[in-house]
Amino acid sequence: MKKISSFLSITLLSLLMISCGEDDTKTKQSKTGGAMASNAAERVYVAPGEHDEFYAFISGGYSGNLTVYGLPSGRMLKEIPVFSQFPTSGYGYSEETKPMLNTSFGFVPWGDSHHPDISQTNGETDGRWVFINENNTPRIARISLETFETEEIIEVPHSAGNHSSSFVTENTEYVVAGTRFSVPYPQEDVAIENMKGNFKGPLTFIAVDDEGHMKIDFQLKMPGFNYDLSHPGRGDSHGWFFFTTYNTEEAHTLQEVNASQNDKDFIAAVNWKKIQEYVANGGGEEIDAEYAHNVYDHETHTATSTMMNKVLTVDPRDVEGAVYFMPTPKSPHGCDVDPSGEYIVGNGKLSTDLTVHSFSKMLKAIENKEFDGEAYGIPILNFESTLAGTVKEGGLGPLHTEFDGQGNAYTTFFISSEVVKWKLGTWEVLDRQPSYYSVGHLMIPGGNSRKPEGKYLISMNKITKDRYLPTGPELEHSAQLYDISGDKMELLLDFPTHGEPHYAAGISADKVKANSRKIYRLDENKHEYAALSEDDTKMVRNGNEVHIYMTTVRSHFSPDNLEGIKVGDKVYFHVTNLEQDFDVPHGFAMIGANTSELLIMPGQTKTVTWEPKKEGVWPFYCTDFCSALHQEMQGYVRVSGKNSNVPLKWTLDGE
Amino acid sequence: MKLSGILMVIGSALLLGLFLYPLWNIRLEAPQYPDPLGMDIYIAGIEGEEEFDIQNIDGINHYIGMKKIPKPSEMWEFNVFPLVIGGMAGLGILLGALGFFGKISPNWFLAWLVLMAILGLLGMYDFNSWLLEYGTDLDPKAIIKLTDAEGNPLSYKPPLLGSERILNFTAHSYPETGAYMMFTGMFLTLVAWFTGRKAKKNRI
Repeated sequence: MKKISSFLSITLLSLLMISCGEDDTKTKQSKTGGAMASNAAERVYVAPGEHDEFYAFISGGYSGNLTVYGLPSGRMLKEIPVFSQFPTSGYGYSEETKPMLNTSFGFVPWGDSHHPDISQTNGETDGRWVFINENNTPRIARISLETFETEEIIEVPHSAGNHSSSFVTENTEYVVAGTRFSVPYPQEDVAIENMKGNFKGPLTFIAVDDEGHMKIDFQLKMPGFNYDLSHPGRGDSHGWFFFTTYNTEEAHTLQEVNASQNDKDFIAAVNWKKIQEYVANGGGEEIDAEYAHNVYDHETHTATSTMMNKVLTVDPRDVEGAVYFMPTPKSPHGCDVDPSGEYIVGNGKLSTDLTVHSFSKMLKAIENKEFDGEAYGIPILNFESTLAGTVKEGGLGPLHTEFDGQGNAYTTFFISSEVVKWKLGTWEVLDRQPSYYSVGHLMIPGGNSRKPEGKYLISMNKITKDRYLPTGPELEHSAQLYDISGDKMELLLDFPTHGEPHYAAGISADKVKANSRKIYRLDENKHEYAALSEDDTKMVRNGNEVHIYMTTVRSHFSPDNLEGIKVGDKVYFHVTNLEQDFDVPHGFAMIGANTSELLIMPGQTKTVTWEPKKEGVWPFYCTDFCSALHQEMQGYVRVSGKNSNVPLKWTLDGE
Repeated sequence: MKLSGILMVIGSALLLGLFLYPLWNIRLEAPQYPDPLGMDIYIAGIEGEEEFDIQNIDGINHYIGMKKIPKPSEMWEFNVFPLVIGGMAGLGILLGALGFFGKISPNWFLAWLVLMAILGLLGMYDFNSWLLEYGTDLDPKAIIKLTDAEGNPLSYKPPLLGSERILNFTAHSYPETGAYMMFTGMFLTLVAWFTGRKAKKNRI
């Protein structure tokens, strides 16, 4: 009964807030006369041929990809395939890229991408790479901002629900991956009801070297709570990492109720520098693990997948002073650290309040041993001792907070569907804007760094409803762009996103665009089956495998007449694009191939396989409108009977 | 005489700039090429403004049946021009030095200039005839064959000097740094002759 009444009051409260919000907008709009008077259109207009000021890398959520947008226009510039097969380019279909999707579970063609984060140097976004996590089959990917392609994917062993990931420390020392669903560690066959006290929630610290290559440094064997989100410390708190938890009840069924019983869960504060040192001095225990490490090479244009079999595990209780729990009310979701590194915000998603911890108070509380018991041997700090303040009645259901670098914070409230601006230090609410609808994450370019670029904010909404022309029951999600340069936030633009815009990372275009590659150099192409000129093209039979070394240049394939292929062969088309001109890809599609097309960038080699089942003469063609003679860019493969003696023959223009 | 000798040496030495800088530049602009394609013509060969420009110009030109842009070994000019320019620069410097020490009359400077001008005109004539051949000697199997109002095949000859529209491209053809150094040098040798003559008259 008590539960029902509190639920009712929450509902009422949210209704009240929504109506408040509406009143505000109405008055505002009647005062300003709407978008025309506020010249919102002009402020998001990027004239034809001009470039946006910011890149936004928006997670595709359950599309498994990463989309690239320009801000403030909200124009989508590219979809980068990461964890899902992408027939448009052949990613995950071509022989070269299939290894990218290899895991300890075998080939996994799909993923759920969540939290992009841009690499940092000295606490500032540096525009080298974007990291993004896969939630379902735990993995972390690294995307190059020179090629805007996925270059590396590392699987996270012993993890399940790779959600509190993939956030980077302020010099990209680590990209960190937490575990949202606690699981047996290592996996074993046990009764589910034995979860409590037995399952673990490992937190994985993946070291990143100067080339961006990832290597698991250690796994922290944490109690079996649900590690929901995380962020690194910065400035004075650099060296620490903070993770929100829920389900400290360790419920294993009907979690919506059973994981919502404790008034407070924890923010886990991890002193990774201490553990890094411990590990460097031989600490930790090497245990069995099975995980794939997939690396794409831009010279061989080929990915390799290596199965790894060991991981170093650290029991947090073995490293004195490495881990503490800070009690945080109401199943906190987002765990956000302000640009100075002093404030750690716990977004208590089942309440109206935000709890803000102080890093300096935390250090003092640790020094004075102001503990309030322990959980599995990990000290719990006294709630009051670390508390910096509470943002009261911000809205309902706070999820995530970002910062503008001017001393303000912006929090999304999922249930009351709004973005709220408040002041760090005084904790007063300064402004609120309704969002349409059910906002999840929000993003300010550089909002995860010491130096946010607090000009725009985008909110990423889960529900689209009536924002655009209806497209049947299934709609793209929506994002909204706010101008936050003034005292009040101003909604400037709605734009649809592809997949679920789970989270995003933004950066000044100037830090990235000059590095964007135009072509791959043919003289750097080290693909095993590349034909670097038309003179190098050939066919090679190896049993029933036939390798075709083929080239493309405007506007023909070489060779374009192929004979000697037999039913039952496995044909490998290794297609090299000889172009060295910006934006002249060629495509390759073969009739009846049980796979995707290839889209081959200048200087690149890609391979698709074809197993002809019927005799005949079968055409292939270029799929990317490359030139005025694109329609003529075609060829024939003669397929003969299984036992025929037709010799291999490859020609172009009869030669 | 001293001043005129120095001017003659400097003027003819400026020709050596042609070994470092391009003589001429032809640049092709089209809507699809926001970064225009360009070729720099040196006395010893043709190079792309950007690394792959020559390859890309050849790629486009094959549609209308034009030949590939010649490599240095494919044109005698690229072997002879450096010898002529080097020789003329050496000769000019020698004449300037002799003039400086009063061994020869400044009229030798004028003679050098006249010779240089004749050679320059011959070079220009040769360059223009190459452009003409390049723009009109087309592959009979060309993919795109266009004719003018009289039914004659279109010429794709870039202008010797100036800008001109060729199909979807606008071709700009202008002297480059090396040429400007040469022109300045030639002008200086003219000044050398004048000052030398004046000095001689005054002495008389």
